Amino acid sequence: MENLKYAFFVGCTPKQSTPELMQSTLAIAQAFNIELVELVEATCCGASHMQDYDDFLSLVLNARNICYAEKRGLTIVTVCNTCQLNLATAKHRLDNDEKLRDRVNAKLKEVGLEYKGTSEIKHFLYALIDDFGIDAIASKVKNPLKDLYIAPFYGCHNIRPHEVHGSSNGNEDPYRPTSLDRLIVALGGHSVEYGHKNKCCGFHVELQAPKTANRISGSAMLDAIDNNADTMVTPCPLCHLRLDVQQKNISKEMGEDISIPILHMPQMVGLALGISPEKLGIKHNIAKIDFIK
Amino acid sequence: MKKYDTKKVNFKVFRYNKETDRLPHYESYSFSVAQDEVILDILNKIKWEKDGSFSYRRSCRHGICGSCAIKVNNKPVLSCKERVFDLIDIFGYELVLEPQDIKQAIKDMVVDKERFWNKYSNVKPYIVGEIEAHPKLEYIISAQESDKLDEADYCIQCGNCFYACPSVQVNGDYIGPAAFVKAFRFNMDVRDNAKKERLDIVNQEGSGVWDCVKCYECAEACPKELSPIDKITKLHNQIFENNMAKDNVATRHAVGFKDSIKKHGFLDEGELVRYSEGNVGVLKHVPEAIHMFKNGKLIMPWQMPKSEKLDEIDKLIKISSTVKFK
Repeated sequence: MENLKYAFFVGCTPKQSTPELMQSTLAIAQAFNIELVELVEATCCGASHMQDYDDFLSLVLNARNICYAEKRGLTIVTVCNTCQLNLATAKHRLDNDEKLRDRVNAKLKEVGLEYKGTSEIKHFLYALIDDFGIDAIASKVKNPLKDLYIAPFYGCHNIRPHEVHGSSNGNEDPYRPTSLDRLIVALGGHSVEYGHKNKCCGFHVELQAPKTANRISGSAMLDAIDNNADTMVTPCPLCHLRLDVQQKNISKEMGEDISIPILHMPQMVGLALGISPEKLGIKHNIAKIDFIK
Repeated sequence: MKKYDTKKVNFKVFRYNKETDRLPHYESYSFSVAQDEVILDILNKIKWEKDGSFSYRRSCRHGICGSCAIKVNNKPVLSCKERVFDLIDIFGYELVLEPQDIKQAIKDMVVDKERFWNKYSNVKPYIVGEIEAHPKLEYIISAQESDKLDEADYCIQCGNCFYACPSVQVNGDYIGPAAFVKAFRFNMDVRDNAKKERLDIVNQEGSGVWDCVKCYECAEACPKELSPIDKITKLHNQIFENNMAKDNVATRHAVGFKDSIKKHGFLDEGELVRYSEGNVGVLKHVPEAIHMFKNGKLIMPWQMPKSEKLDEIDKLIKISSTVKFK
């Protein structure tokens, strides 16, 4: 198989509040010989808030982001569900509305760019599962996660709205997603079945409505714990910031102690591949990863 | 002739009578289901063939009255529109039928929708205008003007989006997606004069559009594919366009992205929290900030990453901005 190569849309958190996501992504990409070419010109995707203020500006900036992957002739890989949603939504709108695309391209032309619609946009989870392949992943496992009950937490923006993601997320059904479950099993772990696996974490109202955010993530975490999860895993750094960093505030709101280790998807893969906890940035996780000896 | 395809399915059905039962229970019914049968056919079969006391709402059977909305394996559906075979493709041969909100169940599939209707009537879901009491002719609006309602008029008040919304579930004050769609619909109507009043209602902290968690559950739940969250975004836009955005944590949070992208290309996470919360409000984040700092999850201002081609980004922002925050 020819080595996979992608345009890497890093986003904002891997270089700031989730350095462990950056480290673990690069570590497993190296282990799988996947080349990630960083889109150094890219801006923030607007995190699904900027469009509330200025929808057109947010669309133009994301079209620009995609242009730089098109120039390199590569598929974009994202490592954050919300980056994925915002880029994929921009692509979906531009590819289905010629007038809108013309308006956006009129702006891009002034900086010498043109949106063409030639690059696909994929979250790293689906690049691993659908492009690299679940069997290829399983064949590289050195330390099967065989004693671990892992609760997959999919995060909203990788699975909803389904028509925006389409084939780029393997046509995952938002009411019964399976990718993370299949990945857990391929790594030798047990995937935990629980009702909140495809539910929201509340991140996007953390500042303006912390009570709502804490109740929403608290319910999901209690559901995972009640179903005997040793740890939760998520492909989204924003879910991770909520579930990992906010455990004290969540416990306070829910009136009971809620503590459970939270892994980033690439950290989980890395552990199964036998990559050292140092290289996976485990020291940055706030809830202690208590199952690593 | 092609053989008519049937499949054997087990339905686990929520049963409860608020007047007589202390707790709900689930009853199992098995049927051989034909390829063209919808969930409403199954509800009818349960009532007509198994238990005449089984209760559910139904009326038009054509996806237009919104009565028969329930949840199947937690997926909100309109019973008369949802083919059982499509659900088998997703969930397999055991399907769990539940009312939209089991906490509001009155009897079996029937829920008390009082809360839903209260939110709905809150947003003035009617035209406010100087219209004659006994007009001689209809007040006709043009096709172009009607297009601006952006299909929001097709909402059938089934409640699927409302009962799928996590913010509704944890915050009793939250108006919710269905009523926001209604507010948008009447705000786009040229005959209406209450736009600012409606924006005032949906602009409230704690109950208005700012508490949307952006999960897109409403977009998936809507049987008419109206994408309520898109209407919520448009209400946000109307609030800014009409200079009605209050200077608070939620509005600054939306605005802060632009400044940060202009300066760094990336979002400056620490600065966004400080800008949104204000210099005093930000203090409540100090405990978690210390925690994050100790774990190497906070960077210093001089370590802030920068995108390449900041001049180009700056120019694009200048020529593409459509809104000013006052």
